[in-house]
Amino acid sequence: MFELLGIPPQALFGQLLLGLINGSFYALLSLGLAIIFGLLNIINFTHGAQYMMGAFVAWMLLNYLGINYWAALVLAPVIVGITGVIIERLLISRLYHLDHLYGLLLTFGLALIIQGLFRNEYGISGLPYQIPSQLSGGMNLGFMFLPNYRGWVVVASLVVCLATWFVIEKTRLGAYLRAATENPTLVGAFGINVPRLITLTYGFGVALAAFAGVLAAPIYSVNPNMGADLIIVVFAVVVIGGMGSILGSIVTGFGLGLIEGLTRVFYPEGSAVVIFVIMAIVLLVKPAGLFGRAA
Amino acid sequence: MAADTRTATEVAAPAITAPTNAMGMPRHHLLIFAGLLALGLVGPFVLYPVFLMKVMCFALFACAFNLLLGYGGLLSFGHAAYFGSASYVSAYAAKAWGLTPELAILLGTTTAAVLGLVFGALAIRRQGIYFAMVTLAFAQMVFFFSVQAPFTGGEDGIQSVPRGHLFGLIDLGPDRSLYFLVLAITFLGLLLIYRIIHSPFGQVLKAIRDNEPRSISLGYRANQYKLAVFVLSATLAGLAGATKALVFQLASLTDVYWTMSGEVVLMTLLGGMGTVFGPIVGAAVVVAMQNYLATFGAWVTIIQGVIFVVSVLLFREGIIGVLGRWLKKPL
Repeated sequence: MFELLGIPPQALFGQLLLGLINGSFYALLSLGLAIIFGLLNIINFTHGAQYMMGAFVAWMLLNYLGINYWAALVLAPVIVGITGVIIERLLISRLYHLDHLYGLLLTFGLALIIQGLFRNEYGISGLPYQIPSQLSGGMNLGFMFLPNYRGWVVVASLVVCLATWFVIEKTRLGAYLRAATENPTLVGAFGINVPRLITLTYGFGVALAAFAGVLAAPIYSVNPNMGADLIIVVFAVVVIGGMGSILGSIVTGFGLGLIEGLTRVFYPEGSAVVIFVIMAIVLLVKPAGLFGRAA
Repeated sequence: MAADTRTATEVAAPAITAPTNAMGMPRHHLLIFAGLLALGLVGPFVLYPVFLMKVMCFALFACAFNLLLGYGGLLSFGHAAYFGSASYVSAYAAKAWGLTPELAILLGTTTAAVLGLVFGALAIRRQGIYFAMVTLAFAQMVFFFSVQAPFTGGEDGIQSVPRGHLFGLIDLGPDRSLYFLVLAITFLGLLLIYRIIHSPFGQVLKAIRDNEPRSISLGYRANQYKLAVFVLSATLAGLAGATKALVFQLASLTDVYWTMSGEVVLMTLLGGMGTVFGPIVGAAVVVAMQNYLATFGAWVTIIQGVIFVVSVLLFREGIIGVLGRWLKKPL
């Protein structure tokens, strides 16, 4: 077998695949954050907890109701999305007239509550979730072994990300959404129910997080803390990409996942902090973010 | 919003006319400081000294944080980085190098100041919500660094840090003698913060908080003021962290984790951001709650979350903010 820079290709491509998978989660989560921020002007700190809820709802559907992975992939985002709609209507909607920072504090508090409740109920040891039988096993691609499920995660998140991009950039609903992001008052004057649009947007952003959670469930164990550290990395991803562009969020998410994977091959000690270092560099060179517009 | 502004001016108005003494402090502030000092002196004879020292360290931490949020208008969600790194450095200096406590604290505080200068210079390039995310991300970087760095002891942290002899003379081993050092540090720290808030520098800071473009048009370099207050806040947070390391003789990952950053936000929010004495009350309430509810495990987190939600929705002025409005005096 050939070697690249002294690294066996199995290790290199294995880590790149792992990076791509992490990138899938970064992309899905930062996309949701960006959509929510665009319309609601709040940073949804609960996002990590909602990603965790997605995984837990999938686990509960399987273990309490016997509903399989494929149905959970649709049902869990819907269920978590509905809880998001309730949260937006009851709590977040009361803060729109205040400084944006209050939204951050409120959703941080909600994240603490949700994570605490799950930790009380299920402990922190983590619950296993089986890979669906259709996706067990793997393929030998010649240069590496690709577990089917991991390939599926990358493809599924890419499809969902691109579909989201398509809906927002190319459809009438997306046009309303973009218009309301620019000028909600004017869009309201044209007869569009902006508050309902805002609620649905929050629900959709949350559903994206839950979808990522279901995808993650068979890879990582289902754990109340699974979203807590991830969300901070996603914040850094969002700062690097800037929240101005949907496609930008997707590209940044996958790209940073790959960079993280490469770092794990060449300098393992740095893999946990590489994204934060990149954030520092981006802040120095292009403070608005790679795809962001200057405020 | 209009109603909020009006109450703020109503509250602020008496401050200008209130009788001041030689220190330039309104009389009721002087009384409160005297009361706090008296409480601090009597405290260890009534309550468990270690508990009180914990309250004082966190009160200083929260006041340092409030200097940045309440007066600079900058929400840092990563203040654990300065608190925790100072805690690690002073613990390591006292244990591995055998430095005297005052030098260990000084070294820890300096570390926090340098870290604050670097992160602050980067973070002030973004504003509002991004600022919060950037500071949080940098703090998480410090956390990951602390997990891996050889000198932090990983999951174990740095344990059984010697309290040593102050200036090589006074044995700080007994809780009572350390207590008065912590009281002195906290009290001087609070006075310093008070002085900063009420200095011309503090006035400009408040002007930038309220209307940045206008302050810039008046000729103030807003970014320099923001960086200065960021470094001051990080330094004082470091002072609190370094002191805490000696009190508990422990520096651990808890000190640098994001939950610590969240706790200091909670203390400030609950006590009243932008008030002089609010964070002290907030710190006392939160620390007491952690102590008395420690046996309930995850419920502490849930209750903290509920307090966050309730404070943001219904109680944004905080305990001391509301009290100040009732008394028609800024506290």
